[in-house]
Amino acid sequence: MMTPAQSEGDRLHTVLSDHMSPRRILAGRALVWSAAFVLFATLVVQALHDFEYLSFGFETWRPVLYAYVLWAISMGVAQVLLRGERGKRALFVLPAVLFVVSIVVFPLLFGLYISFTDWNLSSLTGRKFNGLDNFRQMLSDPFYWNALKNMVYYVLAISVEYAIAFGLALLLNAQIRARKFFRVVFLLPLMLSPVAVSWMVGKSMMEIRFGPLANVARFLGWETPSFFGSPEIARLSIMVMDAWTFIPFMMIMLLAGLQALPKEVLEAAKVDGCKPWQSFWQVIFPLMLPVSITAIVIRIIFKLKLADIIINVTAGGPGGATDSVTSFIFREYRDRSNVGYGTLLAMVYLILIIIFVTTLLNVVKRWMRPTN
Amino acid sequence: MSEKTVQAFANGEADFGNRAKWYTSRVLIYGALVFWSLICLFPIYWTITTAFKIAPDVMQGNLIPWIDFTPKWLGLRSLGLSPETIFETSTVREEFLKRFMNSAITSVSASMLAVILGSLAAYGLSRFSYRFGFMKNNDISFFFLSQLILPPVVLALPFLVLYKQLAMLDSRIGIILLYALMVLPIVVWIMRDQFSAIPVELEEAALVDGLSAWGAFFQIVVPIALPGMVAAFILSLVLCWNEYFFAALLTSTDAKTLPVMVASQTGSQGINWWSMAALSGAAILPLVIIGIVLERYIIKGMAAGAVK
Repeated sequence: MMTPAQSEGDRLHTVLSDHMSPRRILAGRALVWSAAFVLFATLVVQALHDFEYLSFGFETWRPVLYAYVLWAISMGVAQVLLRGERGKRALFVLPAVLFVVSIVVFPLLFGLYISFTDWNLSSLTGRKFNGLDNFRQMLSDPFYWNALKNMVYYVLAISVEYAIAFGLALLLNAQIRARKFFRVVFLLPLMLSPVAVSWMVGKSMMEIRFGPLANVARFLGWETPSFFGSPEIARLSIMVMDAWTFIPFMMIMLLAGLQALPKEVLEAAKVDGCKPWQSFWQVIFPLMLPVSITAIVIRIIFKLKLADIIINVTAGGPGGATDSVTSFIFREYRDRSNVGYGTLLAMVYLILIIIFVTTLLNVVKRWMRPTN
Repeated sequence: MSEKTVQAFANGEADFGNRAKWYTSRVLIYGALVFWSLICLFPIYWTITTAFKIAPDVMQGNLIPWIDFTPKWLGLRSLGLSPETIFETSTVREEFLKRFMNSAITSVSASMLAVILGSLAAYGLSRFSYRFGFMKNNDISFFFLSQLILPPVVLALPFLVLYKQLAMLDSRIGIILLYALMVLPIVVWIMRDQFSAIPVELEEAALVDGLSAWGAFFQIVVPIALPGMVAAFILSLVLCWNEYFFAALLTSTDAKTLPVMVASQTGSQGINWWSMAALSGAAILPLVIIGIVLERYIIKGMAAGAVK
């Protein structure tokens, strides 16, 4: 249960002089317990109905959801009834916590159960527990490992994106006219939907017969341009499209960092006779390290979700060369309706991500400011 | 600046060399700026002009309207939005407008929901100390932010089954809940920053004047934090409007959003370039406009986490 701790820890001190009458406390308790009872009863009835122990019940599980919402609301009301002023403070955080818990934790637990079942939506047998079979299948699935390997390439591509983004941020931070115009223009790719980008760039501009990019490639001496023919080039094309939409994101963060740099330090470097190149490597870059790392970490987190462009442009081809884990599982579900196996792959991916991101955060922690 | 004032500080060859260097650096900087602007703008330009091209113009790679090719209403006609077709009934237009409205409704409501829940939570966490089992304030904050690393694919399949049981598959409300969850960490991240920048003394004064914690929040804090909330809202809006993965799996006929419509058209063979271009253009145009008009909010939102 959420309780504001001793009010000494608060940044905002308030006088808490509530006297809870016994009747009020009783009402609060009664409310919570009756709502919990309603929720529990609906749940049990519906579960029994679903397993065909009970003939009566509801058509769908929707009533259970309503009972949950009812319980959540009475939980909030009871906080105020039982704890007065402190309960009112708990109400700031309680809705968000209940929302996230109900929408993440339950589905995750459910997903964990699904991932140990053999469940194909297109087969008639329905779902049955099959223990570690899915896991064994995963270990010998070359396409999943291939997709994981591709993720490594995709993440490594961030280093190039970062270099370009830093360059653009430096340009925007220089003494230029029409800074606002350029900033808006550079920001625009970020606003575009990846699905639209996959048509705009992947399907039309990279069209091999008359797409403008193919024309440019021919002009530059590549006689038979094909952006999705060979595995390496296809992967590169995907990277370029993804970079195009996301470079502005890192650029804006880095620009904010550059603008917050202490002016005195930069001027001192100038007075000491630093050449621009020197002052960049010895002053600006080290000062920008925390911002850079924040930007890169967030970018990596977004990159690990990469899927839309791949699904829509190459569908993983040629031969799985461009598959990301997400797009691979998407097809596992879409084309083969393999819910059980797909969910296990997703769960394993989640665990890998958690391990990777925690390690990453621990490694970079010492270069970041203590607040991050 | 006149020639004379420059002359006043000139001292011969060294100055001339400096000036030459200055001009080269100017040329390089503006050259790079213009080059990258072209990279950013060309795909948008290409999409919008292609919507007005007939087949031979596309094949020949004609680029400039009225010089290379004569613009035709082909793209908009295919959506039933060209001048001749706009007053006639058109099934394509109805379909398109339905998808457009779905996208608009889901992304606006999800962003609102996320901003309300996220701001309340961020305010509570920045002002009071909580204990939730073993979790203290920092852990609760981390709990919210950690949702960011959750890949959508992990939730997609359980939600598919769950929504089927709850009869919420292919419904807007289902999509709204998921989208709100998806952007909530970002809202908490931005708003936590905003609220901790507001001095507590303001609220203390309000409390002395007899307002409750909630009264102080609504009357004092919200008006001050409003720009931050707008920034969080706009960023959420962008992410929700562009979301494809959940929408592709969890919607089919009723709640299908614009990106899903665009994607289903790209797959089909023999689809005309101009109609694809018009459709993609329609999908990106609202956000392009938002990007141009509300640019400073977007930058404010993204800069929130970068600089403390």
